[in-house]
Amino acid sequence: MNGCEAREQGEYLIVAVSGEVDLSWSSEVRGAILDALGKNNAVLVELEQVSYIDSSGIAALVEGYQTAKSKGAKFGLVSISSAVKAVLELARLDQVFPIYADVQAAG
Amino acid sequence: MSDQAPPVIEVEGLVTHYGRRKILDGVDLKMSAGEIRVIMGGSGSGKSTLLWHLLGLYKPTAGTIRLLDQDITQISAQEFQALRKELGVSFQGGALFTSMSVGENVALPLREHTELDENTIRIMSRLKLEVVNLGGFQDLMPSQLSGGMIKRAALARAIVMDPKLLFFDEPSAGLDPVVAAELDDLILQLRDAMRMSMVVVTHELDSAFKIADKITVLDQGKVLLTGTVEEVKSSKLERVQDLLNRRPRDVKVDAEEYLRRLTEEEYV
Repeated sequence: MNGCEAREQGEYLIVAVSGEVDLSWSSEVRGAILDALGKNNAVLVELEQVSYIDSSGIAALVEGYQTAKSKGAKFGLVSISSAVKAVLELARLDQVFPIYADVQAAG
Repeated sequence: MSDQAPPVIEVEGLVTHYGRRKILDGVDLKMSAGEIRVIMGGSGSGKSTLLWHLLGLYKPTAGTIRLLDQDITQISAQEFQALRKELGVSFQGGALFTSMSVGENVALPLREHTELDENTIRIMSRLKLEVVNLGGFQDLMPSQLSGGMIKRAALARAIVMDPKLLFFDEPSAGLDPVVAAELDDLILQLRDAMRMSMVVVTHELDSAFKIADKITVLDQGKVLLTGTVEEVKSSKLERVQDLLNRRPRDVKVDAEEYLRRLTEEEYV
């Protein structure tokens, strides 16, 4: 089921995304990430339950990362699913985003 | 891929004419989700005509064409417009707008068909330029690009909306072997990562054998054979082997028809 929920864990605000992220609701994901960055200086996007992500979803992650960099906030992707990994690799973004196996690994 | 899922393409009994000439003669084609289907055939076999019909650019004389479970010969223009958002097309010559920059060309479908904010449109279109190895070239004009770059820019535009179904007309034609091989790899990656189904029209055998899940061989408007790469390679059909071994076909002349084509004032 498509969803986007925020939770606090340690210093991080974690945005957990699930389902198929596509044009029909990727703007919600974008809003949730930017909203989290507005509230906290350390944000992780958890992508374990994402079974598909299109370019608009990837664009939301890119915009989140760029926003975090511009305000000096911590940002990363955690527990990425194989579907997300394949799309990130296609655009070589796996070499751009900080990617962590889990929240503990983000430090 | 589920066996229960409807085919992404289902063509039945497709017949079409240019004037009196029958170009497609009872073509059937069924393609599953996530499949890469290569359409092969010699010049004049009808493969480009089949592609134009799949894109809804021509009306057939007879037959049905279902794309993503909709019969495009029956749906309204409005319904077809909605369906078009799920389709991507990369034309042989690129078909880029020469008055627009590469970036504007690639972003055009997003501006036409979505209400995404400008930040998202910029990132999505530049992302697709990165995917086709044209990162940073968004401000160039098409006239400043090489043939291979034009093809890749056209592909970036074709996939910018993440289509479910991508049509590719002669992707490797005119490209040097290294770029052609890179494009083949990219086609496979797009299918795997973005879950696209693809129809690739090509006469490049190496490319066809590398990317195809199944190959449909057309000859004189009819489907000679649909099968896996191995099935096509091992086919005993003479015309298939002619194509694979680049043997010229022995064209039979219909004397009456030939004479009419040469002499009739109103021959159409």
